[in-house]
Amino acid sequence: MYPNDYRYTKEHEWIKVSGDTGTVGITDYAQHELGDVVFVELPAVGAKVTKGQLFGTIESVKAVSEIYAPVSGEVVEANQALSSAPEIVNSDPHSAAWLIKIKLDNPADVSALMDVAAYQAFIAEKEA
Amino acid sequence: MTSPSTTQLRKTALNAVHRRLNAKMVDFGGWDMPVEYSGIIAEHMATRTVAGLFDVSHMGEIEIRGEDALDLVQHVTCNDAAKLAMGQAQYSGLMTEQGTFVDDLLVHKISGDHYFLCVNAGNQDQDFEHIKAHNRWNVQLENAGSRYSQLAIQGPKALGILQHFTTALLSSIPYYHFTLGAVDGVHCLIARTGYTGEDGFEIYFAPEHSERLWSKILDAGSSQGMLPCGLGARNTLRLEASMCLYGHEIDTTTTPWEAGLGWICKLDKGEFLGRDILAQKKQQGLERALVGFEMLDRLIARDGCPLSIDGNPAGRVTSGSPAPFLKKNIGMAYVPPAFKKPGNEVTLEIRGKAATARIVPMPFYKRPKPV
Repeated sequence: MYPNDYRYTKEHEWIKVSGDTGTVGITDYAQHELGDVVFVELPAVGAKVTKGQLFGTIESVKAVSEIYAPVSGEVVEANQALSSAPEIVNSDPHSAAWLIKIKLDNPADVSALMDVAAYQAFIAEKEA
Repeated sequence: MTSPSTTQLRKTALNAVHRRLNAKMVDFGGWDMPVEYSGIIAEHMATRTVAGLFDVSHMGEIEIRGEDALDLVQHVTCNDAAKLAMGQAQYSGLMTEQGTFVDDLLVHKISGDHYFLCVNAGNQDQDFEHIKAHNRWNVQLENAGSRYSQLAIQGPKALGILQHFTTALLSSIPYYHFTLGAVDGVHCLIARTGYTGEDGFEIYFAPEHSERLWSKILDAGSSQGMLPCGLGARNTLRLEASMCLYGHEIDTTTTPWEAGLGWICKLDKGEFLGRDILAQKKQQGLERALVGFEMLDRLIARDGCPLSIDGNPAGRVTSGSPAPFLKKNIGMAYVPPAFKKPGNEVTLEIRGKAATARIVPMPFYKRPKPV
């Protein structure tokens, strides 16, 4: 379910790092909590995102959820497919429904985030 | 996101069934209720196109019995219950002395000396106390919520699915009428009413039969595409159908005139709570009017979102949501009456951004006439 090579936050975002670029999305747990996603608002390419600060919004039929940056960096790509097909956040949150790609200010920051085992323990505790 | 603590919440007789179905549960007015099972959009669409099954056992029931039962009903509600035939139901308002809403409700006339009220879950006890306080007749009042479960079977296929289980000829029950009959051997009040904008039925019965009736109706309907539906879809369905929700469009500050509910307020029926003030307010004209709007850009207005007209604050959104069947973002709001005309544009402040919405006629959705 949760990819081994991703890192995770307590706000239920994931980040996958390749070189100095990180791809960011929300987890399966988060999409399930939100329910049917109908709208995703993302920053423009070139925008700066800051660790712990909100960078976008995901809306489901019932709720609005803010998305926080796992680490700091500059947006190099935003997922355009989500504009016409926001529902893929529900069907494929860990892959096709990535949100943004960022050029990391400091790739080492990522190691401070939860690994898959820690994240699974974290959500198991919430579900208990 | 946190899970609600369920220890002190009230539960319907179907609570364990919802949990077995993996429903997402929420605290709704002190009740532990299912908000969605398979997803709000799927449930909403199933109800519009096939059928949906809703556990609405949290709704309250109040029974009024006695020779003068009608006098009490007439005194506390604004619609004209004297117009009801036996077996007929009526949408009405439970009024304060100021002519505002204690609650909205359905009044069923079981007989000349027996009326059955269906009221909102969160208001049941205060409704009961309010009616009791105004009972100057020799009328027996029962706060009967715990004696009833209620299921809503709604959608174009609802009648066919429910008909499997009853000898009552459902097609002969007109809209807003009911019959007392057996559903799978269980004594029920079977009403052709609903809160979705679709044809359908609401059945009231003793809670011990809940699991069996729920399972049998769902088994019969699921081969056709019926889905169990939660309060999420119930809300989007009622909003598309432009029905008011207590605590949103109506409350103790709202008159029927403002809420577009003049059709349930019968000043000529005789004395009732708030009548003189309502007559006066009708003369004076409205201070605000409920309108429907649709968003012109992609942002979604939510409940409570501030509304302005030409830069001046002018009200708040009472209900706002994506509309899954209409595939638009819609809502209702109060505006100054001079501004209520369809076509006018208002500005909504959504997360610090200005978004434009256009006032449109209600209802947003009206079901196609049966062929």
